[in-house]
Amino acid sequence: MSMKLSTRQVDDVTILDLSGRITLGEGSVQLREAIKDLLAHGSRKILLNLGDVNYIDSSGIGELVSAYTTVRNQGGDLKLLNLTKKVHDLLQITKLYTVFDVKEDEATAVSSFATA
Amino acid sequence: MRHSEDVQLAGPQVSRITYTLESSLESVNRLEQTAEDLAKKAGIDEDELFRVGMAVREAAINAVLHGNAYDPAKRVNASFETSDDAFTIRIADQGPGLDPDTLPDPLAPENLLRGSGRGIFLIRSFMDEVHFRQLHPGTEITLIKRLGPAGTAGL
Repeated sequence: MSMKLSTRQVDDVTILDLSGRITLGEGSVQLREAIKDLLAHGSRKILLNLGDVNYIDSSGIGELVSAYTTVRNQGGDLKLLNLTKKVHDLLQITKLYTVFDVKEDEATAVSSFATA
Repeated sequence: MRHSEDVQLAGPQVSRITYTLESSLESVNRLEQTAEDLAKKAGIDEDELFRVGMAVREAAINAVLHGNAYDPAKRVNASFETSDDAFTIRIADQGPGLDPDTLPDPLAPENLLRGSGRGIFLIRSFMDEVHFRQLHPGTEITLIKRLGPAGTAGL
């Protein structure tokens, strides 16, 4: 039921691999803490790999938006990678799909930060 | 978690289950799971199961978090009714009351980057009908998914 989260570094991009559910009381707080921690340690290029996230509720969507605005406000950028169909559909319905920079390939996503 | 379950036959083809739950996240998860289980029994397909489950989750979150504010003295009352042509869920809180007409539009450009405020929008997107009723105190939300060819579940 709960969310799992791990971090890895590819060049100067920090990739957060998330799996499970990003929901109220489960993944939302973990995600918020992870972003806060990364920013505190100097990460400014953050890629959220949502390939194994099979469920997200309005709280989780809100947390993705907050993560995005927090990172941008600190001069960084946050992009999304590998959306599942459910998450993709939710971002479409909520008109957030065009707000986020969504990538389907990790190497392309990583290099898109470098050229930004 | 404490809950009470009362299975009754309201008619030859209507089954109804009611719950009284504490204002906790456990209750939210319980109602979501129950909705998915009963929707599946009602013949709702996989994609619609997700939508119904999520709509119920969002309604339950509203009741527990925004309505009852996790108050241990307040309860969430829920019922699930399956008939030939509809799956109906009612969730009521004992909070200060919610006026759905005053909620900001989450799709408006100035609200797109807000960290909250999408729950009722998602409920309305995922269900065929959504109704609100003021209970004084509290709010009851009714979610309806049509079954069969007339509703989206049958498409």
